[in-house]
Amino acid sequence: MRNRILLIFVLAAAIAVGPLAGAVLAQGGSIFIPLLVYRTGPYAPSGIPIANGFVDYFTLVNERDGGINGVKIAWEECETQYDTKQGVECYERLKGKSPVLVNPYSTGITYQLVPKAPVDKVVVFSMGYGMTAAADGRWFPWVFGFPTTYWSQASAVIRYIGTQEGGLDKLKGKKIAHIFHNSPYGKEANPTLEELARKYGFELTQLAVDHPGQEQKSTWLQVRRLNPDWIFMSGWGVMNQVAVKEAAAIGFKMDRFIGNWWSANDSDVVPAGDGAKGYKGATFHAPGSTFKVHAEVVKHVYDKGKGAGKKEAMGEPLYNRGLVNAMYAAEAIRTAMGKYGNKVLTAEQVRWGFENLNLTEGRLDQLGMKGFTHPVKVTCEDHEGNGPVLIQQWDGKKWTLVSDWVAPMRDVVRPKLEEAAVVEGKKLNYTMRENCAAEK
Amino acid sequence: MIYREAGQFKSTYASDQAIFPIVQDRWVVLALLAAAVVVPTALGSDYWLQAVLIPFLIYALAALGLNVLTGYAGQLSLGTGGFMAVGGYAAFKLATAFPGLNILAVFVLSGLVAAGVGLIFGIPSLRIKGFYLAVATLAAQFFLSWLFNKVAWFSNYAPSGTITAPARTVLGVMVTGPNATPGARYAVAIGVAIVFALLVKNLVRGRVGRAWMAIRDRDIAAEIIGVRPLRTKLLAFGISSFLCGIAGAEYVFLYLGSAETQAFDINLSFLVLFMVIIGGLGSVLGSFLGAAFIVMVPIFLANAPHALGLYMPVALQKQLELMVFGGLILFFLIVEPNGLARLWQITKEKLRLWPFPH
Repeated sequence: MRNRILLIFVLAAAIAVGPLAGAVLAQGGSIFIPLLVYRTGPYAPSGIPIANGFVDYFTLVNERDGGINGVKIAWEECETQYDTKQGVECYERLKGKSPVLVNPYSTGITYQLVPKAPVDKVVVFSMGYGMTAAADGRWFPWVFGFPTTYWSQASAVIRYIGTQEGGLDKLKGKKIAHIFHNSPYGKEANPTLEELARKYGFELTQLAVDHPGQEQKSTWLQVRRLNPDWIFMSGWGVMNQVAVKEAAAIGFKMDRFIGNWWSANDSDVVPAGDGAKGYKGATFHAPGSTFKVHAEVVKHVYDKGKGAGKKEAMGEPLYNRGLVNAMYAAEAIRTAMGKYGNKVLTAEQVRWGFENLNLTEGRLDQLGMKGFTHPVKVTCEDHEGNGPVLIQQWDGKKWTLVSDWVAPMRDVVRPKLEEAAVVEGKKLNYTMRENCAAEK
Repeated sequence: MIYREAGQFKSTYASDQAIFPIVQDRWVVLALLAAAVVVPTALGSDYWLQAVLIPFLIYALAALGLNVLTGYAGQLSLGTGGFMAVGGYAAFKLATAFPGLNILAVFVLSGLVAAGVGLIFGIPSLRIKGFYLAVATLAAQFFLSWLFNKVAWFSNYAPSGTITAPARTVLGVMVTGPNATPGARYAVAIGVAIVFALLVKNLVRGRVGRAWMAIRDRDIAAEIIGVRPLRTKLLAFGISSFLCGIAGAEYVFLYLGSAETQAFDINLSFLVLFMVIIGGLGSVLGSFLGAAFIVMVPIFLANAPHALGLYMPVALQKQLELMVFGGLILFFLIVEPNGLARLWQITKEKLRLWPFPH
């Protein structure tokens, strides 16, 4: 009986002390960036390479340059398992360390953080995911989605399909299926695809796959019955590899199966073996580890034994995504330092840096990323940068680029985006910034 | 020594039937309640309130709802997530359709909507029992989350299917929406939790609660002594879903701020069921203890290595957390199969004899 009483006290103490333990102060003299990662759970195959890319780039900046213009970057990972509730808990826990920006790495978590951003004064940098409507910076000053959005991506993929068919006018009567993760993330591209289907007269079929996506037999039965000319997929985590395997199993022509940029990583195609050969994916940076930045990462990070992952896994599309994401964040901070000085910046100052980021070809060259990704210019109105998209293809061993930069259809996407920004902004009682030109 | 009821004479029926017949209990509970209302609102950090205490209170309300159904009336349900989703979506629809409606009224109305849905899914309970009923309620869970995902009307045709809580005030204080302070949200959450905990406590002590327990313990015997099974079971379903519905509305409006159907998936149903089982079936206090265990222990485990100065990779930490948490659940179920509430009861009994046990 005494044990039981002891037990109760231990439990009560554990419950009472638990959340207090999280309040560790960030070191002074460094810029703090929380990393919401998922290295466990059904989305870990996608989450691990991104997190590694991120950490490696920040380590590189700290090791090689002693930080951004001499100001060190401090970061802390927090495991979300791609789960919205855990993500919010992580955010609330790390918020106390005065972060300047947060990378939610989940559209669901981004939707949670978008309303909090102006209140907590934290930049939400959802690079190529999250709420597309937030790309209108006049309504959402704290949210950045560059270099491009799901809507731009969908329009670029349709343009690519058009060129493969011999012109956008040839799309008429073609059957295109969109297989999507049944979540806010997967649904994002739907309105654009519907709009384009109306415009170009192709037959669009939307096929939802429920979380987590291990069971897709019924979806692929529908695909077989439909026999589409092209399939576009917005998948994530374990759903991707299952879809690729299923496509291979029904003998679908893999070079007509295009994943979005979250559905085209090594981990998505390797399980399908030779069947995955020819599978394509969209991206906004090159795959592979042949760029100068990779050599620098090897020299300054891996050779010193500070790498986050395995050296061989470098160059996977999602690893490179993490690198690019960290590079954008670092360059935005550097831009802000150009105005406010080389010191630990506030989130407001970093927000200015994001809004005035102009990443030129020359700067990319200096960073060792020439040809790795496209220049981006962010403005007060345009938080998307309207970046173009590349198509990469899996040859059974590695990804190779098979297209030039494909421009999104800005004339279709931008008006829709501004419309949606008004709707989403009004939901949160925002008002539009009219003085964009004055804020320079 | 201190905890003695010697000398406390009950001279009226009312004092004999009080929720806390012992004076010391009454004072301690009142003091705790006062502290729970005042201290976090005044002193609590945003993290404590928003990430720990508010979800705890909301889960406790949901667990209370499930405890009415499973703990008191003996009807096993896996549809809690679905009924919470009904509450959440109903609150969203009501709040956006009638912007002038007080948010507390919205909560109660969405609870009523959930109660209606609960009644419909409770009808099979007359014929289906035990594990089979669990499967039938599982159908409710899947059907409801499919419905809210499929029919865009429920999310006001948002392209992403996400519902966002609009900003609303109570007595001039902003309590929902991104600009509401965690303190204000917490005040609403604890107010609702206290009111409904008191309500349920009184319900289960009365005729209705006794009828539920009679059905739970032996339904045929209950029928013979005059308890009408259909009405009693449906009432349990209705009240349970009502509480879950309010918890679901709070879940969206006070805790998450915006949600999709994934927030109400089967895991939520299991989580609430675990809270009820670990806390104690058929106990109001147990609902709160179970919610505290399930919400706070993982957070403690996630933070403990840092506090000890151990810096390990997050993946390893997460896996350790899951293993230790699972181990703790097993441990508590072996040590006390009747839940944490029973442990508390034993402690009280020991305390009465302390320091001279015989």
